[in-house]
Amino acid sequence: MRAAVRGAVRGAVRCVVLALLTVSPLSVRAQGGETVTGAVQTSPGGTTAVPIAGADSMLDRRVRSVAMRLRCPVCQGESIQESPAELAQQMKGVVREQLAAGKTEQDVLDYFLAKYGDWILLEPRAEGINLLVYWIPVIFLVIGAIVLFMTVKKWTRPRNTTSA
Amino acid sequence: MDWKRAFMVTGAIGAPFIALLAFGMTRDPRQIPSPLPGKPAPTWAHPVFAPGADAALMRTVGDTVRLADMKGKVVVLNFWASWCLACRDEHLDLSEAATQLAGKGVQVFGMLYNDKDENGVRWIADMGGQAYPSLSDPGARTAIDYGLYGVPETFVIDQRGKVAHKFIGPVTARALMAKVDSVLAAGGGASSGAPGHDSAAKVAVPTKSVP
Repeated sequence: MRAAVRGAVRGAVRCVVLALLTVSPLSVRAQGGETVTGAVQTSPGGTTAVPIAGADSMLDRRVRSVAMRLRCPVCQGESIQESPAELAQQMKGVVREQLAAGKTEQDVLDYFLAKYGDWILLEPRAEGINLLVYWIPVIFLVIGAIVLFMTVKKWTRPRNTTSA
Repeated sequence: MDWKRAFMVTGAIGAPFIALLAFGMTRDPRQIPSPLPGKPAPTWAHPVFAPGADAALMRTVGDTVRLADMKGKVVVLNFWASWCLACRDEHLDLSEAATQLAGKGVQVFGMLYNDKDENGVRWIADMGGQAYPSLSDPGARTAIDYGLYGVPETFVIDQRGKVAHKFIGPVTARALMAKVDSVLAAGGGASSGAPGHDSAAKVAVPTKSVP
């Protein structure tokens, strides 16, 4: 009787844990997907990228694409595209002027990099020490998955020595 | 469950991470290194809106001052605004330093940042005068050229037109004169030392916004 109950409980635990194991990578992938879209700054649901009907010229689009990658120096974690601050608007003006003068988007980014340093980029460049930022989450995820896998294996291992 | 092993594993993974975070706590996030020191100072040509009180530094209102004309001289460029509270702290020190440095051929200029000329003129009167002339920077183009992210910021430009030092936040007469003296002593020959950064604790950032 008692053994049967214990067996049932163990079965239930096993089911729940396995379900969690199957679901968690999915949710992780969903989150990862979100970061990727955030990274390329397409922001499908973003409020800033809404074009004014018909008035969206090629230049506007290029200005926006550069402005979204630049940090507003007087804000907290906002791009100069999103910020209404005076300096951010003026920086956007500089972006527009330089693009209109025939510079490439990379040229404009390089200009701001030369003035403000790497800090001006909202997304750190994936090189050198910055790579840590990109890889630490992945490494921790893998370690976590291994630990979880081993633990669950241990939990659900059928015991042959039943303590009466 | 083997708790001892669990603790060891957690510690081995967690300790370096906590150490990294602890290191982060000792850093000042507002202290952002400027890439400008050691690089050629961005050029500018701006009209004078306040003449300055010191005879050696005075410029006529409306005249255009060009950095390019200043080769061979050490130039001190101070970005300020009438809405900037920290600029009041450094005002007397700057004027005092400017008067003393003028004797050594150093040019000191104020550059108004995101402010109206008339506000600047009123502020100077309220503060009891300014020894050096101040220039307007419409659209903050020069401020952006200098990687400005708040006021006051003060740049020392050496005889060869390179940025020798950037002060972030209010300067003291002593610190400014010591820096300018070291640039004068280097004579624009040797590279003027490591890029310097100062306490950014009191940099004011504009709070007004464009509707």
